[in-house]
Amino acid sequence: MPASLEQAARRGESLTLWPRVREAAVALLRQTGRDPFAVVGVTIYAAFAVIALLADVIATHDPLEIQFLASGKLAANQRPGAAFLLGTTSLGRDIFSQLVYGTRSALFVGLSAATVVASLGTLVGLVAGYFGGRIDAALMRIADIALSLPFLPFVIVLSAFLGPSIYNVIVAVALLLWPNTGRVIRSQVLSLRERAYVEAARVTGASTWRILFVHIAPNILPLSFLYGSIAIGWAILTEASVSFLGFGSSDVVSWGYMLQDAFTSQALSRGQYNWFVPPGLCIVLVVVAGFFISRGYEEVFFPKLRD
Amino acid sequence: MRQFLERVLHTLLVLWAVVTILFLMFRLMPGSPLAAYLNDNLSEEQQQLILQQFGLDRPLYEQYVIYLANLARGELGVSFFQRRPVVDILMEAFPNTIVLTLASLVVAYIFGVIAGAFLAWRRDTWIEKTAVPIVLAVRAAPEFWVGMVLLAVFGFGLGWLPSGGTNSPGAAYDSEIERFLSLDFLRHLALPMLTLAVYLQGLPLLLMRSNMLEVMHDEFVTMARMKGLSEWSIVIRHAARNALLPVLTAFTIGVGISVGGNVVVEVVFSWPGIGRLLVRAVSSLDYPLAQGAFLLIALVFITMNFIADMLYVLLDPRVSHARVA
Repeated sequence: MPASLEQAARRGESLTLWPRVREAAVALLRQTGRDPFAVVGVTIYAAFAVIALLADVIATHDPLEIQFLASGKLAANQRPGAAFLLGTTSLGRDIFSQLVYGTRSALFVGLSAATVVASLGTLVGLVAGYFGGRIDAALMRIADIALSLPFLPFVIVLSAFLGPSIYNVIVAVALLLWPNTGRVIRSQVLSLRERAYVEAARVTGASTWRILFVHIAPNILPLSFLYGSIAIGWAILTEASVSFLGFGSSDVVSWGYMLQDAFTSQALSRGQYNWFVPPGLCIVLVVVAGFFISRGYEEVFFPKLRD
Repeated sequence: MRQFLERVLHTLLVLWAVVTILFLMFRLMPGSPLAAYLNDNLSEEQQQLILQQFGLDRPLYEQYVIYLANLARGELGVSFFQRRPVVDILMEAFPNTIVLTLASLVVAYIFGVIAGAFLAWRRDTWIEKTAVPIVLAVRAAPEFWVGMVLLAVFGFGLGWLPSGGTNSPGAAYDSEIERFLSLDFLRHLALPMLTLAVYLQGLPLLLMRSNMLEVMHDEFVTMARMKGLSEWSIVIRHAARNALLPVLTAFTIGVGISVGGNVVVEVVFSWPGIGRLLVRAVSSLDYPLAQGAFLLIALVFITMNFIADMLYVLLDPRVSHARVA
């Protein structure tokens, strides 16, 4: 074997996965820096992350505590003002504080669902693309089936059956969203496995798993991150819809919960825009941040519908 | 032809898988499917009798065979609460959903296609640069929230449009068609339709824009330009026609997605369609009705995907040329 090939293979093998992950993340960030859209997206994410972390400090009240006025009367349906920045709900809860704490559950749902979607999709894509044959066919059939279930109705039925909990929404979202990531990663792996450096690793006797995770996986990580960032938005939107329909957890304050509360408490007919506009705007901001980040990769984001 | 048969087979396989998943979901979930139906006042014997009626005392595989056989005959059981055949209830709600879906898709696609082509034509102008992020932001808005805001402004605030339902109480019509064409119905339709269209226009717009950009560089467009055709004629007669194909498949898939995706909007506007039916059935544990509604939504979704696949093969000149070669 030519010495250079062996060297290349050695070089590849001497690296562990973690530095490669970091490298991929840095590469993605650098790519991001070139696109103004992506910069805006990352900034929005960062701002919400800070709010979520400092929720205890930023919030002015306990989000679920019923507030009273100095006169001892229930502080229901207060207009925005100094005491209650965004006013209060019909039960006398502080809307601004709910909004702040809602950031926490939104980011929690978004990030955990995205992590599961991206890891599951990446794993399936790697295995299906690399091994091919029957494993590939079986995994892709499963992906087809998962994609043939109507998304929202499935999530509704599943979270209704499993009981109202934020985790069940995450599970439901993950179950249906991984195939998108999986398919894209698979087609990437199909071309990567034919590359010379992978061939080199194979010839030097690197184990299959080593080739998969040390040589191939790092190259598809930017794609995994990308699909993860789209999944964040989807998960948050889905959680909001499920909570809005009343199948969400009632003791966790989320933006969807706030909207459901507003809707069922006739905030619309009373014209309490201060109640139902802010949570919706927050959802728009977080979701659009994901869109903006992925826009840098327009081709990945708007692939031809069929290929 | 072979391709066609393969797709049919594949679609049937997927359909069977979805039906099976649904069966397992409804049988293996915590809590008996009859929990809502049975109550403590019934004696043990009566409860057994009801279990027998629903066939729930049999082994799972037998239930599964019965379930498949019933489905094949279009038999979906009886709603626990309405005590009427599920099929009848679904058939009452389905037209409302279809009318809402098609109306909003048509509005959204007409707008999206025109706006998308316009933006592609105006590439790199300030209009294009501001329009694209706005479109993305609109797509990111939860549909039910857009509905809530529109409802608060136009329904309650200004009082221009009714706040929910499909018809004013007391209205009677000779036929469904007449009902759908009545001014009263259209006034009820306006807000939910607008809500859905606001969300749906994003995809055709972005698709049309990127397709146009791609097509504008194709050889036949260069050829048309060399022939000295006007810019307008190039855009409309040559580029747009070719850029439309993927939009058409997206429309077809969109019908399938929307029938299930409408759920939240139907709830906001108390629109008596399949989605609202599903939500109500699920929250009142009306299993036969929930199962039926889900099946119908899934069936439409899978069928539209199949049709989109076929359209793609039929209409895309590149695909058919490849086949001839």
